[in-house]
Amino acid sequence: MPDQLIYAMEVFLNGLMAGVLYALVALGFVLIYKASGIFNYAQGVMALFAALTLVGIMEGQVPFSHLINAMFGTEIHHFGWHLPALVSILLTMAVMVLLAWAVNKLIFNHLVNQEPIILFMATIGLAYFMEGFGDIMWGADIKKLDVGLPQGINTAIDETTYGWFGYGFFIDNLDIVATVIAAILVIALVIFSQYTKQGRAMRAVADDHQAALSVGISLNFIWVMVWSLAGFVALVAGIMWGTKSGVQFSLSLIALKALPVLMLGGFTSIPGAIVGGLLIGVGEKLFEFSVGPLIGGATENWFAYVLALLFLVFRPQGLFGEKIIERV
Amino acid sequence: MLDAAETQTETLLEVNNIEVIYNHVILVLKGVSLKVPKGGITALLGGNGAGKTTTLKAVSNLLASERGEVTKGSILYRGERVQDLTPNDLVKKGVIQVMEGRHCFEHLTVEENLLTGAYTRGAGKAEIDADLEMVYNYFPRLKERRRSQAGYTSGGEQQMVAIGRALMSRPETILLDEPSMGLAPQLVEQIFDIVKSLNESEGYTFLLAEQNTNVALRFAHYGYILENGRVVMDGPAQELRENPDVKEFYLGMSDEGRKSFRDVRSYRRRKRWLS
Repeated sequence: MPDQLIYAMEVFLNGLMAGVLYALVALGFVLIYKASGIFNYAQGVMALFAALTLVGIMEGQVPFSHLINAMFGTEIHHFGWHLPALVSILLTMAVMVLLAWAVNKLIFNHLVNQEPIILFMATIGLAYFMEGFGDIMWGADIKKLDVGLPQGINTAIDETTYGWFGYGFFIDNLDIVATVIAAILVIALVIFSQYTKQGRAMRAVADDHQAALSVGISLNFIWVMVWSLAGFVALVAGIMWGTKSGVQFSLSLIALKALPVLMLGGFTSIPGAIVGGLLIGVGEKLFEFSVGPLIGGATENWFAYVLALLFLVFRPQGLFGEKIIERV
Repeated sequence: MLDAAETQTETLLEVNNIEVIYNHVILVLKGVSLKVPKGGITALLGGNGAGKTTTLKAVSNLLASERGEVTKGSILYRGERVQDLTPNDLVKKGVIQVMEGRHCFEHLTVEENLLTGAYTRGAGKAEIDADLEMVYNYFPRLKERRRSQAGYTSGGEQQMVAIGRALMSRPETILLDEPSMGLAPQLVEQIFDIVKSLNESEGYTFLLAEQNTNVALRFAHYGYILENGRVVMDGPAQELRENPDVKEFYLGMSDEGRKSFRDVRSYRRRKRWLS
């Protein structure tokens, strides 16, 4: 087999893995957009906030320690414990549910029946608030996150491919774990929204707020539920990205990578978010590999957006977006 | 039809002199009072903007989500003040509204739409399946289309879905808003026949808002006529049907037979009702 092809295969696999991480972020957007028509700009910051909180809880960091120390002249930074990863994840999840509740209580309850653009502006405000809030709460330094996920080159794949092609593929264990977790997450979410009572209520709310109210569905409850789910997805994404490249501000920027994914997959489709993520991941890696060297590289920065633009022109609802039902 | 003595036995819903204001400034209802007896079909009649929908929404408390509020008067259900309850609480109490213009969940299938109606109930699967059968019994058409997305069904089918969905909550009182809207006359007749048989054989109480005075007065037991946010006339359906003013202004008839609406003496109505 020619070398180029073998390299391309490796690039392809790595693209798939990167795509899974994009998909994870996009999933959070889809959930909230579907149920409330809100495009949640803060989804990326939620991932950052979740990861910060997880590290903080695990390491026994005192929240707001800088603020407290500055105000009272004390010198406290740590509770002096190290919690097991699983316990910390559960506690972080509780914080995310609390956040979901607070966001709805303080912001969106006051904006019922407002224009989508106003809701969108509110989420931008929320994003910047949470960014600052996360900093004050946990400090702005780059943190290392390790919840015990396997990392480093997967030797089994390396050896097998070496046996086949005389060239070992470099696949990170973490990426494999991320793929498996994302797959489970998506299946669970699809089952939840298609076959459970609350999932059905969630889709009903997405279709028609007023009618949902009229049959006795509590919008508040559904919204807090959806934001909690999005918080959970953000936590998973935060763990993956945080483990990969440290918990730092740039984590919140992955939200921007999710945008083209959504345009490809459709804003309202859970499977669409996944397929869109994979397509973008593979697409940008292969494009960089094949065309990049000819035009000076750095194509990964814009490829996804150009692809999304093409979709906007030719198939605005995305690959799996809900058909806009229009009866004449 | 229920006889007069029976209708007076129990009043389920009582609206006392309510005023409704939207957005803190727009006064829509200026003192509406009405009574809905158990087991009856009560009709709210009147033209566009008379306040029929607002009255229903004040009762079901869907007003809050439209920035409307009841600022005066009281709404009692079984003698209990209900105007501060959420729609969710009201559905649990047995009061459910079928909104004007159907409002189906377009992307859900017909059956899923019906199932959302049972959201507030803690009922088991067997019980809910039995209720589904009951709804399909009244609306056989829905059974054929149970797997179709509601957005792709016809207007009449959507109205059936909306009513069926309300039935799934096992209500006591159904607030039915403009069931005839946008439907062919035959379908309107069919829907009203079903409403009537639901009322007679299952004992559901209806409060019905309708512009189609003619049909509504044929099926209802009692009627209120609203104009400009006020009740201007009320009485047993039979009496209203024979009232010369109702005949003239709402049914397009007069003593001299059918008349063109150009000749209708609107000043008389003004003089009588607005002074």
